[in-house]
Amino acid sequence: MGTVAAHGLCKSFGKVQALDGVTLDVPDGSFFVVLGPSGAGKTTTLRAIAGLEKLDAGSVHLDGRDATGDAPAARDLAMVFQNYALYPRHTAYENIASPLRARRRSSSEIAAAVEQMSSLLHIERLLQRRPAQLSGGEMQRVALARALVRRPRAFLMDEPLTNLDLKLRVEMRTELTRIHRSLGATFVYVTNDQVEALSMADQVAVLKEGKVQQVGTPAEVYERPANQWVAGFVGSPPISLLACHAEGDRLVGAEGWTLPRPRWTTAEDGRPLLLGLRAEDLSVEQRGDASLSGELYGLEPLGDRTVVDVRVGTEILKVKARPTVTGTPGERLLVTVDLDRAHLFDAGTGLALSEAGR
Amino acid sequence: MAVSVDEAVSTGPVRDHTSPARRFGGRGRSVLEIALLTVLAVVMLFPVLWMIETSIKENRDVYAIPAKFFDFTVTLDHFKDVFVASGGRSSLSGSFLNSFVVAGVSTVLATVLGVPAAWAYSRFAVKAKKDQLFFILSTRFMPPVVVVIPIFLMYRQFGLIDTKLGLILIYTAFNVPFTIWMMKGFVDEVPAEYEDAAMLDGYTRLQAFWRFTLPLLLPGIAATAVFALIFSWNEFVFAIFLTSSDDVRTAPPAIAGLIGGTTVDWGLVAAASVVFALPVLVFAYLVRKHLVAGVTLGAVRR
Ligand SMILES: Nc1ncnc2c1ncn2[C@@H]1O[C@H](COP(=O)(O)OP(=O)(O)O)[C@@H](O)[C@H]1O
Ligand SMILES: [Mg+2]
Repeated sequence: MGTVAAHGLCKSFGKVQALDGVTLDVPDGSFFVVLGPSGAGKTTTLRAIAGLEKLDAGSVHLDGRDATGDAPAARDLAMVFQNYALYPRHTAYENIASPLRARRRSSSEIAAAVEQMSSLLHIERLLQRRPAQLSGGEMQRVALARALVRRPRAFLMDEPLTNLDLKLRVEMRTELTRIHRSLGATFVYVTNDQVEALSMADQVAVLKEGKVQQVGTPAEVYERPANQWVAGFVGSPPISLLACHAEGDRLVGAEGWTLPRPRWTTAEDGRPLLLGLRAEDLSVEQRGDASLSGELYGLEPLGDRTVVDVRVGTEILKVKARPTVTGTPGERLLVTVDLDRAHLFDAGTGLALSEAGR
Repeated sequence: MAVSVDEAVSTGPVRDHTSPARRFGGRGRSVLEIALLTVLAVVMLFPVLWMIETSIKENRDVYAIPAKFFDFTVTLDHFKDVFVASGGRSSLSGSFLNSFVVAGVSTVLATVLGVPAAWAYSRFAVKAKKDQLFFILSTRFMPPVVVVIPIFLMYRQFGLIDTKLGLILIYTAFNVPFTIWMMKGFVDEVPAEYEDAAMLDGYTRLQAFWRFTLPLLLPGIAATAVFALIFSWNEFVFAIFLTSSDDVRTAPPAIAGLIGGTTVDWGLVAAASVVFALPVLVFAYLVRKHLVAGVTLGAVRR
């Protein structure tokens, strides 16, 4: 068992409201990602679950039992800290052994466990070094080993891959997913990288300014963002948002364009809306009946694809295209829109319009 | 003490400490600078040199007029007199022993009380923390001579007059605020995450402090303790007001007591002063790096 349930977590530091009613329900054995920009309260959430932060309000239940006031040691959790927090005077070996030493395991048992962990994370050569003698990636793996050496209720990981270079980060992503699957343990994983969230998570909670914006599977968060902010934060290149309103069976843009009104929208005529279009739902190559006209603003070749920036009035649309696409800035273009995959948000509240009819 | 707290915290960018005046004069020092420094050194060090000279002069040479600077007979008799008297140990040697006991015990007490307090002030959200810390520091604002009369009266009530315990208590009371302030600076430098990590490993708060933070604080504790030790060792006002008998008296009032009879044995006074100054010099040398930090109370070099 290893369920983590945090309900209504509130925490303020002086005037800063770091957590404002955060509620998370982490099922047993899931890879649960908390996604949010820097300063959203991700670290504070993890620390609250770990018992390192005294809460103003809210409760933490572990395996269904109220653990709100328990000491960190009593919660049986393991944590990888954002800055690793490896003990500076201890060797990598002693760092990894620390959770077992605290539990007074025999030294042969400790040696076996450390050896197993170090071969899993490929750090056998580093065991006798101190943290100061390790690179960022090596420290990160030692920190992971220190957490994984034990079988706690759940693992808490605070942006463990953020400080790594891209190649190592991609490698470790697959590695962590593999470890999660082989252990079958509960992971609460914090990151500001939406690619990590989408590629690793069973469940994603999107956090902003101490409030949970949306909880769902990566597909749900990507395909059905609950509000304009989530839509903009999840996905790369970011979603393009165009101001518009409905008029009969048309959508009329603030920049003068019109598109057929998607069948599923319920918005009354004249209400200010934002039309959200993802790059892959736009095309400069196909022809369709729903299209916007604009001019080429710039090309961003990314190897496997090219992102075409198209200016429509004063707004920029990011369009995904084949890597072979060419063009000169200023050239007139027709952008075809897949309206079935478009998103509509209330321009005032930012909330997604009901997609019940979709 | 090979490992310092520096290792525990990331080192900041290297700053250029060269003062503009230095760069002006090129690499060497100007003649004027050297001349001024020499004059200053002679003026400052002359009494010390004279004390050392007097302590190793034959009595004839001590009282010679005109005074002899170079051409005198060297003897260690005065140093012998500091420690042994005709009937065995001298009373001065007893005073030195008292100084050791009083300074040592009060330093240990101040460290044992002050270090955990500094840790708590650094790590926990304490109500009105700033006010509390200011209050603690404010006990040091009063010069000893101002508070010695009320303390004398209190001590008389409690029977602490003319006891080593009385001196130990008052020195501890004076050193605890200093220890808290200086150690808080050192604790602030050690990231709290080590303790957080240790608690998740399964240790209690106190175990986390004891096993992971305390070892990183040892250099700071050593420096702080030396300052406390030097304060207690040098203290004169409380010692002279609160003690009177030879078997309680510490070295500072005992040495002062050598002066004032009909005749003064200057050789003995000088030798006793040299013996008294030695430990302070040794310890000051050991913590010279932290001297500035100590003066600015806890502001550790970053
Ligand atoms: N110990 C603290 N003291 C004061 N403010 C803090 C403290 N910890 C976090 N905060 C503030 O709370 C907010 C959330 O911080 P944090 O949980 O670290 O965000 P994240 O991990 O998502 O970047 C930030 O505005 C941060 O400045
Ligand atoms: Mg963080």
